[in-house]
Amino acid sequence: MTSAKRLFAAGALVALLILGYATVRRVGDEPAAQIDAAMELALAALEPLPSDPSNRWADDPRAADLGQRLFFDARLSSNSRVSCATCHDPAKEFQDSMALARGVGITDRRTMPITATAYSPFLFWDGRKDSQWAQALGPLESPVEHGGNRGQYAKVVAENYRADYEAVFGRLPDLREPDGVTQVFVNIGKAIAAYERRIQYGPSRFDRFAAAWQERGTPPKDALSKEELAGLALFLGKANCTQCHNGPLLTNNEFHNTGVPQRAGLPHDRGRFPAVAAVKSDEFNCRSRWSDAKAEECAELEFLAPASHSLERAFKVPSLRNVAERAPYMHAGQFSTLAEVLDHYNRAPAAPAGHTELKPLRLSALELRQLEAFLRSLSGGLSAPAKFLGAPAEPKTGD
Amino acid sequence: MLKLIFGVAATVALIAAAFVGLTMEHHAKGHDALRPAASEFGFGPRASAGQRYAATLQPRQPLRVRQLHALPVLITDASGRPIEGASIAVDGGMPEHGHGLPTQPKVRRALGGGMYEIEGLRFNMGGWWELKLAIESSAGADIVTFNLNL
Repeated sequence: MTSAKRLFAAGALVALLILGYATVRRVGDEPAAQIDAAMELALAALEPLPSDPSNRWADDPRAADLGQRLFFDARLSSNSRVSCATCHDPAKEFQDSMALARGVGITDRRTMPITATAYSPFLFWDGRKDSQWAQALGPLESPVEHGGNRGQYAKVVAENYRADYEAVFGRLPDLREPDGVTQVFVNIGKAIAAYERRIQYGPSRFDRFAAAWQERGTPPKDALSKEELAGLALFLGKANCTQCHNGPLLTNNEFHNTGVPQRAGLPHDRGRFPAVAAVKSDEFNCRSRWSDAKAEECAELEFLAPASHSLERAFKVPSLRNVAERAPYMHAGQFSTLAEVLDHYNRAPAAPAGHTELKPLRLSALELRQLEAFLRSLSGGLSAPAKFLGAPAEPKTGD
Repeated sequence: MLKLIFGVAATVALIAAAFVGLTMEHHAKGHDALRPAASEFGFGPRASAGQRYAATLQPRQPLRVRQLHALPVLITDASGRPIEGASIAVDGGMPEHGHGLPTQPKVRRALGGGMYEIEGLRFNMGGWWELKLAIESSAGADIVTFNLNL
């Protein structure tokens, strides 16, 4: 080697060392520098359950008990084989682990978990409903989900739940009147919502790490692995995850186009764009005659931004709590593993329609593994009264 | 020998420049918006572009991410006299991310004494937000832009 080449090599080595040091420093130092940012993601920062002025029975325990029984009742379907729990299985985080939901037929979208949906102003992948009770009524009359109609369901209530219904909602209306039928149908939704409202996320290893960090002032060494810690730093830093997955539920509850591919064989899905008009004119929205809210309590509808191009093919940002427990991912189960999801965000391909908000992240294979490890630390099961985490006990005879 | 040292220095500079370039590209996130100086941030008083008005935000509680806020704002003329009977349109967004506000906030009522209420304002992530008030009154039309750090 000539002395020129030797010097050249030495120079390159020095530059590489500087580069390597800077990279290591950025990742390694971030958790300590970002305690506040990390604490914002912890379950301890979750605000109290917001009230639902559109549902007068939202916090009525008898309504929740009745709602649980209706949730598990397959008579609320065209073939007596589909209940809410068919797709929202409490043994599977209230979802079904399938790419597309199967009721009496097959839907065009993935079942969403119902956990903590009481915090969400808009429901479904496209936000076309604005309360838990209005959401619950959608699948009941969908021809591919429960497949029946409100007249049939009102009859099921009259024949099987009359006493419990009347104890909560008052006298059963005349079912020969269309409004009487719709009133019972609406109250089925409100009872189910009172039940679903109680289903929340349990604390994860990340939450225990955050609690210990806050208590001691330094990140605890035993709660998360080095790999998971590095993943947390990426999550808060250059992976840009908290742009959308922020707050203790790890969602901003908004709708974004992230260039998720169209699932083969399904009609083109425009996501949030058409749903803005749909929720505004929905039969059961906050301003409808079936809602218990005063007009001024419907702020989400009042200040709803008009559909703009950025909402074309935009879908709901899901919570990342328990995300490792519920593959496949995205609104039509397009990705079967977390690694595939992270690869998508890393590459940021063009959207099939509209514009993706993603930019390529250029993360290394190691960094992607670290992010995945962090996501796996977010599993903490469910938090709800034990009796609500399964099928209801059979009512005693004579009740 | 001089030539050698020059060569080595050039190599180091090139690699360092590539690194800096990569870092800057990452931070810009594909948008050219430049974050204003810290002195440009805050609740005001803030002069309008054409110096017709000054506006001061007077939040009742700290602004927080994801919440729907009602935010009082005081509108005066350049010399501090309250402006009554103004109509105010609200716009804004995140210049670094190229998106607007997630809701459509409105000013529907005056609180008196030059105070108005911005309702339905939400920020859906942390970072630099612009909040623009297009003010119209007998004093003319003008725009005030606030820079807020959530």
